Amino acid sequence: MGRGCSGRGARVSEAVGVGRGCRGKGLGTRAAEHRVSQLEALRRFLDEKKQPILDAMASDMRKVMELSEIILVKNEINYALNNLSSWMKDEFVEKNLVTQLDTAFIRKEPYGVVLIIGPWNYPLNLILVPLVGVIAAGEVKGAGGGSPHIPSPLRLQDCFAVVTGGPAETTQLLENKFDYIFFTGSPQVGKIVMAAAAKHLTPLTLELGGKNPCYVADESDLQNVANRLVWGRCFNAGQTCIAPDYVLCSAEMQEKLLPALRHTITQFFGPEPQESPDFARIISDKQFQRIQALLGSGRMAIGGQTDERERYIAPTVLADVQPSDSAMQEEIFGPVLPIVTVPNVDEAIAFINCRERPLAVYVFASDSKGTAGWARTTASSASTPSLTTAPASCAAWAWRP
Amino acid sequence: MRALERLVKEKEAEIAAALHADLHKSQCNAYGFEIMGVLGEIALALDKLPTWLAPQSVPKNIMTLTDEVYIHREPLGVVLVIGAWNYPFVLTMQPLIGAIAAGNAVVIKPSEISGNTAKLVAELIPQYIDKDLYPVINGGVTETTELLKERFDHIFYTGSSQVGKIVMEAAAKHLTPVTLELGGKSPCYIDKDCNLDIACRRVAWGKYLNCGQTCIAPDYILCDQSIQNKVVENIKKTLKEFHGEDIKKSPDYERIINKHHFKRLVTLLEGQKIAYGGETDEATCFIAPTILTDVSPESKIMKEEIFGPLLPIVTIKSADEAIEFINQREKPLALYLFSNDKKLIKRMISETSSGGVTANDVIMHYTLPDLPFGGVGNSGMGNYHGRHTFETFSHRRSCLIKSLTMESVNKIRYPPNSQRKLNWAKFFFLKRFNKGRLGLIALALLGAILAAVIKVSFGALYHCVF
Repeated sequence: MGRGCSGRGARVSEAVGVGRGCRGKGLGTRAAEHRVSQLEALRRFLDEKKQPILDAMASDMRKVMELSEIILVKNEINYALNNLSSWMKDEFVEKNLVTQLDTAFIRKEPYGVVLIIGPWNYPLNLILVPLVGVIAAGEVKGAGGGSPHIPSPLRLQDCFAVVTGGPAETTQLLENKFDYIFFTGSPQVGKIVMAAAAKHLTPLTLELGGKNPCYVADESDLQNVANRLVWGRCFNAGQTCIAPDYVLCSAEMQEKLLPALRHTITQFFGPEPQESPDFARIISDKQFQRIQALLGSGRMAIGGQTDERERYIAPTVLADVQPSDSAMQEEIFGPVLPIVTVPNVDEAIAFINCRERPLAVYVFASDSKGTAGWARTTASSASTPSLTTAPASCAAWAWRP
Repeated sequence: MRALERLVKEKEAEIAAALHADLHKSQCNAYGFEIMGVLGEIALALDKLPTWLAPQSVPKNIMTLTDEVYIHREPLGVVLVIGAWNYPFVLTMQPLIGAIAAGNAVVIKPSEISGNTAKLVAELIPQYIDKDLYPVINGGVTETTELLKERFDHIFYTGSSQVGKIVMEAAAKHLTPVTLELGGKSPCYIDKDCNLDIACRRVAWGKYLNCGQTCIAPDYILCDQSIQNKVVENIKKTLKEFHGEDIKKSPDYERIINKHHFKRLVTLLEGQKIAYGGETDEATCFIAPTILTDVSPESKIMKEEIFGPLLPIVTIKSADEAIEFINQREKPLALYLFSNDKKLIKRMISETSSGGVTANDVIMHYTLPDLPFGGVGNSGMGNYHGRHTFETFSHRRSCLIKSLTMESVNKIRYPPNSQRKLNWAKFFFLKRFNKGRLGLIALALLGAILAAVIKVSFGALYHCVF
């Protein structure tokens, strides 16, 4: 039952109709057995179709992405299966004198028909991980738009539909009424999604992005910091919403960090990163050109090589970047790490606080008191002193109503 | 919050007077339904704030066993609270209390329709709490539209679904999260198998409270034809009990807020069979408690939230038909059902959806602070009361504090990649163990041992093997 081919108009309405029809069937998706069987089927899909999935990813990103796209998704499925019955339980609450003889509880109910819009950087993970929650909650998944590269072997059940397409199809999809929308992508498009949701009073979750600052204190362990920075910045060629976007440190630290970063890059990717099988490519020509234009910021300290045919941008570090430089005006989303020097930690905190709140804040410090202070001072999202962007251990929320 | 508590206690008389001027609310009703609620919320917040604020630890996985993992609650920043006119004091104050408890600055916009209360709030608030952090802005549609162009970190709106859409659209321009406490037609199913006397008394109380101007009032009744007359008789009897023979003279019966709503309600009566009530007096915005029988689902009164003292009865033949009737319509803010049959109650709750439910009574689910109060679908998004208000106005920030040591464990994820490393990753991430303390302890021990082993072996063999 492969309905994963791209379409317009009729296809979109059909997909939404599938969802509404399921709701009319007496909310059959609510039953625990149904949710469990769907989750298990999803896990089987990942096992049986692993190779076609990995092949599709490889042709998109030029990299094997088993860790993020298969392993972490299976982890999420297992976690949901382990916890589903306790999640579904009615939650009994404290009563007052008037209600002592009564029963008072909170019942978790499905919203109804849910729309998941996925992005292109972790195309399967960022659709399937929300999908796991959607199934666990007993929803009917109306459609999952986004990447034109959703593998067609995705098996579909009666209450799910996949719609692929570009902005035109997505706009049309958003004209329909959903009971919940889950969107991962840029803040710009997030506003469009929310405006469309407002017309139907649809609640939503927006997982967006931002420039994630990374402060490196003077007393940090150099090589470990460099390892973690390079890993986070270069994973998926920097196309990760919670990648460290730029570094804040003192001028002295910058000079010490550069050779350590150079060393790590060589260790990870060899002397020619373009030849390393572990270094990905930029997703599209448009993104490639956008990132290339940022390379004039500051002074090129490491890397900087590009190859348009392959959409390759080398692991790059830009030193002495100014806040007014182009690399500091937008989320980089590429393997380019600007370093902005600040005299001390208070300046770093002030720098971060006068900008938009990012998705994550990273702090490297050997002093535990130093790291604890950050959670109180900067108002932003997931704060992980000492880098770990392993999605399994980090629940970075944008917002949700 | 303590200052707000003083405000309410010291100015109780003035607040009651404003509520009387706006809605003809009696002092008892003002205290019982507005002031008392606010005092309760403040007391709860003062008592529980340390608990609410404490960092919340969460379970760790093998990779983060030796790290600090917690959720830290933080203020969102500057929030906007837009109040409503039907319970103008509590519906502005209750969100305000939670917003302050969560550490935010709050812009307060009371509803201009309940003008006396709005004016009083604007006078009193700056006398008690910081006027820069908690400014009160009064005004009508124009001022509110201007206000909504500003960027807030959260907007809390109580009112109609129609305006809710406008608020959310404005919020979308700044990606501002919203809580919308809206309305809808809250159905009230009365089963043949129930104590009709008690059921009707409770329905009468809930329906005509505040002259029907309550977001969770039972909007209409669904019942079998055979009990329709009895329902009417019982409600009639109850109303006489509550308000005496001449309800116009009862100090406990409110008035419609203004001429606009008065006229709107009068139009809803057109073409209906009035079984009881129906008297109106435009000069005082008085509409008597009214019951309409054999109402058609297609009529005007069944197409919009009534928000007035008109109670339509729609007859259905069975509970199944009632469920279908409810499900064909927008999800309401509240669902009410009266029945002695516990199984039926369970079934109706499972097969329908609404913001909240009270079975065998009305309104009362509102009074428990631990029950999140809010709508779903057209009746709203988000919720509040008690801790839930605090959570609404807080950002839950996920924090992971690792150490700069144990670098060898990290080597599993560093390139150059290999099948061997992937196998380790699979082992660490793909766990499906039975729940249970022993399992977790065993896992923790295993994790600690493995971490030590990896540190030694990886450290030594790293360069050779990979």
